[in-house]
Amino acid sequence: MGENIDLKLMDEEGRRIDGRKFDELRPIKIEANVLKRADGSAYLEWGGNKILAAVYGPREAHPRHLQDPTKARVQCRYNMAAFSVMDRKRPGPDRRSVEISKILSEALEYVIFTEQFPRTTIDIFIEILQAEAGTRCSGLTAASVALADAGIPMRDLIVSCAFGKIAGKVVLDLRKEEDNFGEADVPLAIVPRTEEIVLLQMDGHLTTNEFQEGLSMAMKACKNIYGLQREALRKRYSTVIDKNEEKEKKEEKKEKEEVVQ
Amino acid sequence: MSDEVISEINRNFIYQLTEKGKRIDNRAPNEYRPIRVEKSVVETAEGSARVYLGNTVVLVGVKIGLGEPFPDTPQKGVLTTNAELVPMASPTFESGPPREGSIELARVVDRGIRESGTLDLEKLCLEEGEKVWVVFIDIHVLDYDGNLFDASALGALAALTNTTVPASRFELGEDFKLPIMHYPIACTTIKVENSLLVDPSLEEEKVACARLTVTTDENGDIRAMQKGLGGSFTLEQIKNIVTSSQELAKVNRKYVLD
Repeated sequence: MGENIDLKLMDEEGRRIDGRKFDELRPIKIEANVLKRADGSAYLEWGGNKILAAVYGPREAHPRHLQDPTKARVQCRYNMAAFSVMDRKRPGPDRRSVEISKILSEALEYVIFTEQFPRTTIDIFIEILQAEAGTRCSGLTAASVALADAGIPMRDLIVSCAFGKIAGKVVLDLRKEEDNFGEADVPLAIVPRTEEIVLLQMDGHLTTNEFQEGLSMAMKACKNIYGLQREALRKRYSTVIDKNEEKEKKEEKKEKEEVVQ
Repeated sequence: MSDEVISEINRNFIYQLTEKGKRIDNRAPNEYRPIRVEKSVVETAEGSARVYLGNTVVLVGVKIGLGEPFPDTPQKGVLTTNAELVPMASPTFESGPPREGSIELARVVDRGIRESGTLDLEKLCLEEGEKVWVVFIDIHVLDYDGNLFDASALGALAALTNTTVPASRFELGEDFKLPIMHYPIACTTIKVENSLLVDPSLEEEKVACARLTVTTDENGDIRAMQKGLGGSFTLEQIKNIVTSSQELAKVNRKYVLD
């Protein structure tokens, strides 16, 4: 973008460019277990973000000197596809993605029972296939679903969501133009059951009141997203359960028929 | 790429099956796994396609930018192909700079498209020797269950047919579709003992001794080939592979054209 500095981020009625209200999230869709080879995976669409997360492990950590005799290493890799943004991104890690990978690893480590898997590594791969602001939040939200799908013991899922400030007003979940021309952006991640904050970044300008207002708004939104995460996992496993029940019924029927004969 | 291990019992099982003309997933020796091609899956890309080949999933995005032509072809646009075997796709893929596996993959796909003249590169020239359109094909492997060559080549072609040159964004006139001249399709065959199998699954790739990828165009002409792995083919086998690749390409091309 860049050319349209005078872009109006909010109209007189408080509607944003995409018609959302100040405390409205972009549409979110989560699906668990979408890849065959990975131990756990999730696909997430969040507005214009399209993100895949995959988990491998716990598996042997190598090189050996990286092994921790007391707990598992949690290693997250955030990667953007070259075609995920308007101006082609050069493939491979850059300073931004290295930093994001680090803070996401740390956030996820908090909820994983790492002490159960000494000397191992749990690898989490986040691929941004299409980006439209808020990719770290979307990536983290998808990654925790993928971890649960991989059956890794966790204290809880992690939910992430950003708030920010545009046109002098605190709003939820910035989209691209709002991020570029807004006044502040605050990505946040929480453990919903305990409301502990495991990720917090900010750039821009906010007063204390605005910060607190945004914080409680984002917390509330996180709880809603938590519901979507759990629904995605439930859907994945309920189909398995249904199939098993069907199988059992068939077998029972067969047995009955045999008895009759 | 196939530095994955396979158990002796599985290896022998595949050998025994191939002797009887069978395969682990009940396919015929010259049968592909189910193919599905979805186009326009990434809005930030100028063209994109997701290909499902059995359990193998490949996402290809095309980006278009401005650049300088190569000095030896001043009146032609530039085509570059890049492949990433992201670690998400397999427990054996690691992050870091591209290894030989992904470089070979990118080059085989590139050759098929370049050598067949899929794109009319002269139409992508803006100022001779100065300014041309650069077409970036980025292959993103998401789930690796064998035969990345065919899946990626299919994805690249599908993405190209779906690409719009964003001329208006650069204030260079109206957007236009990429000029596609030909439709090359890659077909990969492996040799297991003395049997030939097309579209190898991961398990089959692990026991293959030789591999041949043949790219043919819509007239059945051969446009590119790549032999891989340590084993060898007889002349007779090569001839058979070329014939079957031409036939199979005809079928697989439909997935791109629809």
